[in-house]
Amino acid sequence: MSGEGTTLQAALGRRTASGGKCLVPYLTGGLPQAPPADWLTTLSAIAGAGADAIEVGVPFSDPVMDGPVIQQASEEALGAGVNPHSLLDRLGSADVGVPLAVMTYANLVFRFGWQRFAETLADSGVAAAILPDVPLEESAPWCSAADAAGVETVMLAAPTGSDERLQAVVERARGFVYAVGLLGVTGERSELASTSRVIARRLRRLTDKPVLVGVGIGSPDQAREVCQDADGVVIGSAVVRTAMATRSPEAVADLVGEFRAALDAG
Amino acid sequence: MGKPGPDGRFGGFGGRFVPETLVPALQELEAAFVEAWADPAFTSELDSLLGSYAGRPSPLTECHRLSEELGVRLLLKREDLNHTGSHKINNVLGQALLARRMGKSRLVAETGAGQHGVATATAAALFGLECDVYMGEVDMARQELNVFRMRLLGARVMPASSGSRTLKDAVNDAMRDWVATVEDSHYCLGSVMGPHPYPWMVREFHRVLGREAESQCRDLLEGGLPDTVVACVGGGSNAAGIFSGFAEHPEVDLVGVEPAGGAAVGHGVPGIVHGMLSYLMQDEWGQVTEAESISAGLDYPGVGPEHSHLAETGRAEYPSVTDDEVVEAFVSLSRTEGIIPALESAHALAWVIRERERLESCTVLVNLSGRGDKDVDQMMGLLGDRL
Ligand SMILES: Cc1ncc(COP(=O)(O)O)c(C=O)c1O
Repeated sequence: MSGEGTTLQAALGRRTASGGKCLVPYLTGGLPQAPPADWLTTLSAIAGAGADAIEVGVPFSDPVMDGPVIQQASEEALGAGVNPHSLLDRLGSADVGVPLAVMTYANLVFRFGWQRFAETLADSGVAAAILPDVPLEESAPWCSAADAAGVETVMLAAPTGSDERLQAVVERARGFVYAVGLLGVTGERSELASTSRVIARRLRRLTDKPVLVGVGIGSPDQAREVCQDADGVVIGSAVVRTAMATRSPEAVADLVGEFRAALDAG
Repeated sequence: MGKPGPDGRFGGFGGRFVPETLVPALQELEAAFVEAWADPAFTSELDSLLGSYAGRPSPLTECHRLSEELGVRLLLKREDLNHTGSHKINNVLGQALLARRMGKSRLVAETGAGQHGVATATAAALFGLECDVYMGEVDMARQELNVFRMRLLGARVMPASSGSRTLKDAVNDAMRDWVATVEDSHYCLGSVMGPHPYPWMVREFHRVLGREAESQCRDLLEGGLPDTVVACVGGGSNAAGIFSGFAEHPEVDLVGVEPAGGAAVGHGVPGIVHGMLSYLMQDEWGQVTEAESISAGLDYPGVGPEHSHLAETGRAEYPSVTDDEVVEAFVSLSRTEGIIPALESAHALAWVIRERERLESCTVLVNLSGRGDKDVDQMMGLLGDRL
């Protein structure tokens, strides 16, 4: 169960209060690793390498916000037989050492039941949830269930939003505000999109909650650059690609360590 | 069949479950559609295109020989005679005009059988817009002719290679494209599905076929109305179009026919995918299951939200037919009436043929949503020497 000290927002707040930048890697839950390691070993390795929190993807058959890398990881994890129940069950028995946020799509939660899903997250010690296809207008059933269960709902804010819309999004956000760095789906890009720093700056003016940029942050240099305006980054495809290419928790930890070092160097 | 509620719902179905990036674009699209639909300059330009370019009104054909064989008075609304060979052109011309009005320079679309893709590529050529059409790899193989037609018309055909590699995955890829290109592109969605305002807007663009059919029935039939109106249902756009002409008459039965392997209403439960809450084929965890139908255009695990509403209120019924029944209907209409139907449309006929006893002496109007030219190659492989 997450007490005040272990909430996502509190953990990120501790990092920013000391002048640091937040690092939140993403891993697809259930992604096969080289035995005896499994994806939970990789989660612990990511935590040990300096992550402030970890986003765990609960794989969905139709991940419309995801690019090819996370699509492939989702298909693989589903092929390996993972389902939301077994995945949350395993998270509940693990002690990763940093707050966890589950990222998944509306239908898995809807099918589980908004309230039952929120309560299951809380029972599994998961601090927060991110549902990229549940925008503000559709968020009431989920948010009221999540609020009641003490689960923080991270909201996405996109470059296409007006200031009024961004304001409404940051007000509803718990944990952190997920600034979508570019127009597009998850995936690495060779250059940092110019929209990344702009959206971070726009949100920064509207809220004291942590503003983390995700989507399109693929290298330590890009992470450092965007953090001139943001409180931190979410890194997904780079982590998942490495986890798929190497199947090695150590290799993933090395990558996360490089991002940590870049952010600490400022 | 009226407007959805302010939350984009028909009863409890519909909504707007999309990535945050797209919400402002959908709000803008809704506003643009509302404004255009009330603007006589827009509607008269659309009407004139539907007439001089698409060939509307499409005729109503009385099927004398098949009627006699079945003991049912069978009428066909001939959407197969439209330019590009199906009802899809009605919606596409509306959306292309709207895209131009909104200052968009590119159309993105998904396609199953290729009919919506061909219609979109056609409208893009007509208006000088760029056009990219996503199509599942499986469908590209079974609808090769339409792939070439789209390319000939100047569109790019983008293979959707994830998941079941059919229509569902083409929709995913088209939405992913639109998330990245929303500033200059319009997503020309091909059925009454997806996030609000699409289910409503696409139905409004197909209303013309229902209106025509209703007035053609008034001229032809003594009682003025058919007893039953039947259409195939993939996402449900041709059905929504023809239903809209008769839904206000409670004495007319409305029947939407789904493929047995893609029966969202028949075998699904409510779920959320492609931006909408509607009946959906899924497993116990909410993973979307793969549809399997002989016809690429109906190979879809979901259904438009207004159909879920019509099913739940009992206004329409949604039976399904098997691939074998469809093939029989495909041959039957060809031989008795000299009309080769699209495999999709053959689903509606297959239901009438199967239910002929129940329908005895009734007047049944079938929406013949498209022609079968695109399916001839596939049927040649299947039927070969059996004919
Ligand atoms: C001829 C024809 N009819 C029907 C459909 C199915 O679409 P809808 O259910 O939206 O009418 C298609 C789709 O490709 C089609 O080509």
